[in-house]
Amino acid sequence: MAIRQAAPAVRVRKKKTMEIVAVQVLNSLFYAAVLFLIAAGLSLIFGVMGIINMAHGSFYALGAYVTAWSVAAAAAAIPPAALFIFLPLGAVAVAVIGLAIEPTLIRPFYRRPEEYQLLVTFGLLLVLDDVIRLVWGGTPLTANRLVDFLGLVQIGALPYPVYNLMMIGVGIAAALGLWAFVYRTRFGVLLRATAQDRRMAAALGIDVGRVYALAFGLGCFMAGLGGAIVVPSQAAVLGMGVEVLVVAFVVVVIGGLGSLEGALVGALIVSALRTITIQFWEETELAALYLIAAIVLLIRPTGLFGRKS
Amino acid sequence: MSLLRTERLKKHFGETRAVDGVDFTVNEGEFLSLVGTNGAGKTTLVNLISAFLNPDSGRIFIGDREITYASVDERIRAGIARSFQLVNLFDDLSVLDNVALAIFAREGKTKRIFALAERDTAVTREATDLLGQFGLGGKARARAGGLAQGERKLLDVAVAYALRPKLLFLDEPTSGVSTRDKSQIMDTVSSVVRGGRITAVVIEHDMDVVFKYSDRVVVMHEGRFLADGPPEEIRQNRDVATYLLGTNVSD
Amino acid sequence: MNAPQVPSIGRRAALVAAALVVLVLVPTFASIYQTQLLTYGLTLAIAALGFNLLLGYTGLLSFGHSAYFGGGAYAVALMMRYLGVSSMELFILGGIAFSAALAALFGIVCVRHTRIFFAILTLALSQVLWTLAYKFFWITGGTDGLRVPFSKLTLLGGLVGFPGADAYPRFIAFYYYYVLAAFCVCVALMWLIVHSPFGKTLQAIRDNETRARFLGVRIWRYRWLAFLVSGIFTGLAGSLWVPLNGLTTPDVLYWPQSGKIVFFAVLGGFRNFSGPIFGAVIFNYLEVYAVAVTEYWQITLGVILIALVTFLPAGVVGTAAQLSAWLKRRRGAAA
Repeated sequence: MAIRQAAPAVRVRKKKTMEIVAVQVLNSLFYAAVLFLIAAGLSLIFGVMGIINMAHGSFYALGAYVTAWSVAAAAAAIPPAALFIFLPLGAVAVAVIGLAIEPTLIRPFYRRPEEYQLLVTFGLLLVLDDVIRLVWGGTPLTANRLVDFLGLVQIGALPYPVYNLMMIGVGIAAALGLWAFVYRTRFGVLLRATAQDRRMAAALGIDVGRVYALAFGLGCFMAGLGGAIVVPSQAAVLGMGVEVLVVAFVVVVIGGLGSLEGALVGALIVSALRTITIQFWEETELAALYLIAAIVLLIRPTGLFGRKS
Repeated sequence: MSLLRTERLKKHFGETRAVDGVDFTVNEGEFLSLVGTNGAGKTTLVNLISAFLNPDSGRIFIGDREITYASVDERIRAGIARSFQLVNLFDDLSVLDNVALAIFAREGKTKRIFALAERDTAVTREATDLLGQFGLGGKARARAGGLAQGERKLLDVAVAYALRPKLLFLDEPTSGVSTRDKSQIMDTVSSVVRGGRITAVVIEHDMDVVFKYSDRVVVMHEGRFLADGPPEEIRQNRDVATYLLGTNVSD
Repeated sequence: MNAPQVPSIGRRAALVAAALVVLVLVPTFASIYQTQLLTYGLTLAIAALGFNLLLGYTGLLSFGHSAYFGGGAYAVALMMRYLGVSSMELFILGGIAFSAALAALFGIVCVRHTRIFFAILTLALSQVLWTLAYKFFWITGGTDGLRVPFSKLTLLGGLVGFPGADAYPRFIAFYYYYVLAAFCVCVALMWLIVHSPFGKTLQAIRDNETRARFLGVRIWRYRWLAFLVSGIFTGLAGSLWVPLNGLTTPDVLYWPQSGKIVFFAVLGGFRNFSGPIFGAVIFNYLEVYAVAVTEYWQITLGVILIALVTFLPAGVVGTAAQLSAWLKRRRGAAA
């Protein structure tokens, strides 16, 4: 997944190198924001409900497709500035789908052995991956007009999309917002209580089913938001769901599964590693990431911030 | 030289002093009961000795060999085996296979890949004999998960016993079982274990069982040993009566 | 897997013998197309057999077995293309060696973790392999893949070759028996493995990891061995598959291929020995006819998988076994 950058080819001067580095750092931060959203969603669902949603990447893909499609559909009728509303709306749409899926497909499997939970979410992955193809076909969907609308800013002599900067901001806001939600709100307390001890929470009168549904919906919202903010920068294509999931796994391996701090730190590290690896040997990008993941697993099997569950 | 010895063994869980500086000695051939109220630290002590947990401080010895931080399989090779309070069996395997597996493990035959397990007549015979001793002979081919609770408890002990350990820890072998079955189970366990001349430490709550079957009773309370001696002595012990039996010995 | 009522050895042997006779006679009454289809089914059955050593017997669900199937296939293709090899026996050895190396490597990373992490890691690692296959296109042929034409293939140490324009029917006839022989060997070998002390140990680990550890079993070492054996069987399947397909592309490494292998086991029933075999063969026919009907075969696959897991967790063979046991009890009660 290459973040498109608007850097014209010029002769390299020393100052130029600094600017190129700055641009790469910003690209890396943008991608880190996207990875954080996906990994945090995955970790949230795992932390609260103890399940891994194998179809989590598909919700990211759905967020991208829904957003791109609605932006294109509404572009004629609505001014470009207002089109930005489709970013959160795309995420909300995905959350709604998640809220529909949790009680029907996920909840019946909590008491059953792990294999069945994994199998049912894998079945969901097979379905969603092909449903996307059914609904939107094989042609990539774009939403470039959002990037174009915000224009460019100068990093030294290099133009850089304002959109990317804004989305880095969105990532930071999401991280802070999520942290505040989990640690500062009443529902966050319910979430953490249920995550720690489900039976105790139920005994205290907490509606565990509702907490689970909302946690799942929130996780899907984040994945969908990740897809929504990425699609104006690069097209929504088939296979993007699993592709991002594979990278998001490295984030949770390094950062630790079930930890928000881990998702943040992991996303930053993985994104930086990826940017560096692409510079030097592009073909081995994913292999290099997994080599590092394997090393981390050997040293710290539960990741930097992970807990043994 | 004692078979097992712990020196000032400690394990705290935050504020809770589960095991608080325990010097525990077990001599060869003893049939010993470890008793105490819930939370006294009995299971934690056994967990520390069997490598389920690592101690905060203190040392553990088998004979003259220190095993304080030895891994599970090292301790098993040193001769320690245990059963679990919540029955831990291989539910989808047959009763015979459960015991046979322990024997394969003991003999180091578990990596054999091009041989039929059933064809190993030595193992099969030993497993069948053992099941007979434990009164489970008729259920050899039955699925372990389908047995009644009392039978599962016996099988749990049999599997640990099949390792032919020097020291066998049984964690509440009669819990969850009706009173009538309790004596049956303990009769069997006690006769097999003594017959095999294996040293046993049994965690028990039922004091009748304790007094009837043990050579020696060790009473734990709040992480420490409260009393340690033959059953008659413990029965007379005033502290034990108060803390454990909840009676006020008045005279 | 010990069910309470195990059919007698004699009856089982008779069934197996009958099945074998039918399989041997297939080319005499079936068309070339049907024979070829069944050959495909047999290769998939070998893959399923390998996969189920991990799932059914060791309790580990792998979503990345496409790595070994594809690894076996690519090993053959690369050997033919760059080493000029044409002997099927050498291809098999190469395929086994390559998938063993992959499984050994991936296994070290995957088996030390909880079952959930294991599932994720297997999927991810297979996708790493996939990206390598299409990115290093100057070696692997990229998305066009590498061809493995049967005309360049020799069987039985060079004794049988397939030159000439009308060689295809001859190829299918010979190759069917070749694959059938391999299938029989694999079934016998796997049966031996799961009934060996090693196999029992794997099942113990599956049933109760803690207890197995407290018998002195080093858990991750056995899981790694199971992973290795599983990868080898599936790799062999891939090596046998590719001459039939004539071509290998990165698709064979892509995750839906892993999904199919999982599906074989779930469809047939992963808690018994023969389930995955039947699952693979049934799926093989299902796919051919379904792909003709709908373009969105993957959705159907996913829905059926969800339905199986929800309503028929014992799979086709498992449910059939339960049904026959239930009928027997009723008949016994009525008598």
